[in-house]
Amino acid sequence: MTPFSYAHATDLAQALDLATAPGAKFLGGGTNLVDLMRETIERPAALIDVTGLSDGIEEREDGSLLIGAGVKNSALVAHRAVRTRYPVLARAVLAGASAQIRNMATVGGNLLQRTRCTYFYDTEGSRCNKREPGQGCDAIGGFNRIHAILGASHACVATHPSDMCVALAALDATVHISGAGGERSVAITDFHRLPGDRPDIETVLEPGDLITAITLPAQRLAANSAYRKVRDRASYAFALVSVAAALEVSDGRVRDVRLALGGVAHKPWRATQAEGLLRGGPATPGAFRAAADAELADARPLGENGFKIELAARTITAVLADLAGADA
Amino acid sequence: MSNILQDAKNAVQGVAQMVMQKAVQLAPDSFIPGGRPDPLIREQHGNVGKPLSRLDGPQKVRGAAPFAAEFALDRMLYASVAFSTVVRGRISRIDMAAAEAAPGVALVMTHLNAPRMAKVPLLMSKPKAAGGIDLPIMQDDRVHWSGQPIALVLAETQEQADHARSLLRFEYETEPAVTAFAAAKALGTETGQFMGQPLKMERGDTAKGLALAQYKVDRTYTTPRHSHNAIELHACTVAWDGDTLRVHDASQMVAHTAWSLAQVFGIEEGQVHVTSPFVGGGFGGKGLWWHQVLAAAAAKLTERPVRLTLSREGVHRVVGGRTCTEQRVAIGARADGTFDALVHTGTVVISRHNPMPEPFILPVMSAYASGSLKFDLEVAHIDMLANTFMRAPGEAVGTFALECAVDELAVEMGMDPIELRLKNEPEKDPVTGAPPSQRDTAKAFRDGAERFGWSKRGAPASRREGEWQIGMGVATACYPYHRMPGGAARMTLGQDGSVVVEIAAHEMGMGTMTAHTQVVADRLGLPLDKVDFRYGDSFQPGMVMAGGSQQTASIGFSIIAAQRELVTELLKLAGNSSPLAGLAADEVGGVNRGLGKLDDPDRHESYASILSRAQRDELVVEGSAPPPIEVQHWSMHSHGAMFCEVGVNGVTGEVRVQRFLGSFDCGRILNPKTAASQFRGGIIMGLGLALMEETQFDERLGRIMNPSLAEYHVPVHMDVPEIDVIWTDIPDPHAPMGARGIGEIGITGVGAAVANAIFNATGRRVRDLPITLDKLL
Repeated sequence: MTPFSYAHATDLAQALDLATAPGAKFLGGGTNLVDLMRETIERPAALIDVTGLSDGIEEREDGSLLIGAGVKNSALVAHRAVRTRYPVLARAVLAGASAQIRNMATVGGNLLQRTRCTYFYDTEGSRCNKREPGQGCDAIGGFNRIHAILGASHACVATHPSDMCVALAALDATVHISGAGGERSVAITDFHRLPGDRPDIETVLEPGDLITAITLPAQRLAANSAYRKVRDRASYAFALVSVAAALEVSDGRVRDVRLALGGVAHKPWRATQAEGLLRGGPATPGAFRAAADAELADARPLGENGFKIELAARTITAVLADLAGADA
Repeated sequence: MSNILQDAKNAVQGVAQMVMQKAVQLAPDSFIPGGRPDPLIREQHGNVGKPLSRLDGPQKVRGAAPFAAEFALDRMLYASVAFSTVVRGRISRIDMAAAEAAPGVALVMTHLNAPRMAKVPLLMSKPKAAGGIDLPIMQDDRVHWSGQPIALVLAETQEQADHARSLLRFEYETEPAVTAFAAAKALGTETGQFMGQPLKMERGDTAKGLALAQYKVDRTYTTPRHSHNAIELHACTVAWDGDTLRVHDASQMVAHTAWSLAQVFGIEEGQVHVTSPFVGGGFGGKGLWWHQVLAAAAAKLTERPVRLTLSREGVHRVVGGRTCTEQRVAIGARADGTFDALVHTGTVVISRHNPMPEPFILPVMSAYASGSLKFDLEVAHIDMLANTFMRAPGEAVGTFALECAVDELAVEMGMDPIELRLKNEPEKDPVTGAPPSQRDTAKAFRDGAERFGWSKRGAPASRREGEWQIGMGVATACYPYHRMPGGAARMTLGQDGSVVVEIAAHEMGMGTMTAHTQVVADRLGLPLDKVDFRYGDSFQPGMVMAGGSQQTASIGFSIIAAQRELVTELLKLAGNSSPLAGLAADEVGGVNRGLGKLDDPDRHESYASILSRAQRDELVVEGSAPPPIEVQHWSMHSHGAMFCEVGVNGVTGEVRVQRFLGSFDCGRILNPKTAASQFRGGIIMGLGLALMEETQFDERLGRIMNPSLAEYHVPVHMDVPEIDVIWTDIPDPHAPMGARGIGEIGITGVGAAVANAIFNATGRRVRDLPITLDKLL
């Protein structure tokens, strides 16, 4: 770990001001950032602790839910409105990490989790364009069983590891950001970037930007939602494939649907193509599978991760069929 | 001794003391053919066989048990290790200016300034050799594997040392290296050697047997590399006092380590003092690696004590584990299931500086009778870190191939796999022809089958519950009885009638200290709280490696020998005015805190009385275990039957083990509580081997890519079902206490039991470990 300074910001203005220092980074629960600092992948000169700045969850009159960026994962899943109105989010968060880590990890930090690509972690022994742009990528042609099948580039095939973000992508969440240029809001699906030529730039955040909150819009169909995570052991492993979905069916037809995938791309993957095919169509396993196949038509396997295409299609189909229940 | 320890002993003592009123005869000094077995075998009312809780449990729970990285020494420096990032070549330049200038740094040690040291004698090359890697340590600019330690930073705190280490920069002149299994194999193989024996034999004509067989399987199985991941990281705290080296180590071999370090530094064995009171898991990995040598070298240069704790990455890069295997098993059988041909061959890759060929052919040397038998383990050489012993080396992965093949044959024949196995149960050792010392594999299978409900097993892919396909599998577990030469123990009897037993053995968490306290109490006729079993110190007698499941037998015989010395001396001291006057050692036994005549309880004198009358404060004796000739007379092997029920998700291919039963035939069980834990621990490790453990070795980079518990998967609690363990408890008449060691057998057969259950659930056969979900989609 490289030496750094530490300050605990008492309010937003102070946090933004402290963040103008060169090499400054915001610190939430530290469950990923501190690990990365220990590995010397992250070498911030200054840490600005923003825990406690925004740790409330507010149920607004328009039916939306405003969740402070400092809300702990465990507090998020304990909230009644989250559990009843957005079960997909509660289940996604509970599918991640361990109870101890969820007690520390924040919503804002979860958005900024970095990939688990092992070549990204091997600072001295392998090449990684995400760590050192232009260096090359040893994951292509190496151990890439956990890597991306959608939206990858010649520069990077890493995946985003968050479970929570997959649920947020399905729920049309909005990310609220404060920075030097004032406040702005970004749709969660626009918040993370695909790797392209610059896999080191993972989000639309500018230097000094702070995530202050996220909003979940009122969504009736979210009450009928689910998250399914497929992984290599029963707990404490990152998703090979995960599916977040919400579904509303009437008279055997899909009235509305939200679908997002985890473990398949550099960002939480909103399956808009599948949604388009499903909406208004029959709520049958055959239709679910056809929509899944369409979404995955552009999937490109690497040496070891081709199984994810079939796995994702099967998991999407099963999750939607479960949500359709007796209506399917 | 702490009060809590006393309380724990007292709690279980009451009952045992009430009934243990008969003298226990001394054990003979060896178990030769025609000789009598250890009389302790017959004792059913003492401490042996009772589920005594670990005597050191309270200490561990309170954090009062000191581990190697917890000894704080004055002026101690902390070390951080830099590892090479290339496979082969020379270090051409080291930029250490920034590291040397970093806060708190006392020294950067590289091959340029390391003291001159001899090579660590390679394990098994000399009686007390302990080295795992046959290379000079930081003596030249050569790099032999990616991950080789190439510098050590010493600083006032661990954080300072780690930071400074991250500032070091190395340049290399690289040389071509062989890092792929296929490439290494193409360069040629040689026959593997293990314990001085070539791992190759053919008895009868297996080719003919296979060609003529009515039923036949011939399959290839592969297993990946595994890395050691004991909870306690490898660590040592060392200090020099003049020419004397003090080492607080985490070790399975203190005596070997002390002798070997003495060779490295050119000093006498007695000038190195290695202790290891507690070890947080060994599994074959806690030997003498580079970190102890580097720490001692750095302590010499800095003239300060040094603590070196390898990081988790460091353990993966320096200690290694099990190497990968490619195995062929072919079996030819008659219509009734009798094996006419049994073949187990294949290849492993190891480094050139390595003594350990992962002898996967060991199970086939004992498991089955066959008209003809062939085994052949070939070794290919690769430029990578040395692999080493890892729980049931050979058997753990060898049973995967062998026991899957037997299952495949049973399916082919439409025969119950248990009946097929029992049909081929050998009457004598398949290789040596020796009679078994004790072997009741059939009972282990039958008892296990009944308890597990084996008869409810259906046809492949016939049982479904929702998304889950359910199936059952079974496999043989096996592990030989070993006893290495060199066991010895010291007994110090005090005037209060208590005894201190000292032996340079090891407690890695399995309960050795507790079980042998029970044994000593019963032999000497003492309550548990009068027995102080001390271990883990190279200054103690004996050369007792905690490996090969041999420690129980080695300690057992050492205690037998020491007790004989003790009783002989006591009878001399007792003299003519004692009720024991005129009795010989074999006419008396330990009972009621003293010695008593075997068939006349009235002729008794307490230890305290004998010493007091002789005006002795204490009596000190030492005894040495006899050579392990029992293994030459008998075929000594433990066996077991592993039963597994799995669910395989029909959508995702995820495997969940739902039930597991291990049924063991391991001789007498000394302590059912600690034994059950050890069996279960082995089975859990086997579940990891079956379903998730894999060291990702990038064959392009020659480098381990997942040196972390986040990416190197071992089972979490949710992966582990209720595990039932039972045992035959039939004593081995040719082993001390009737017991064979049980440290390793628990992991054997598990991989095959899981794979066979998966086949029964799905009809799909996976012959490549680990069985991850992508192989079942």
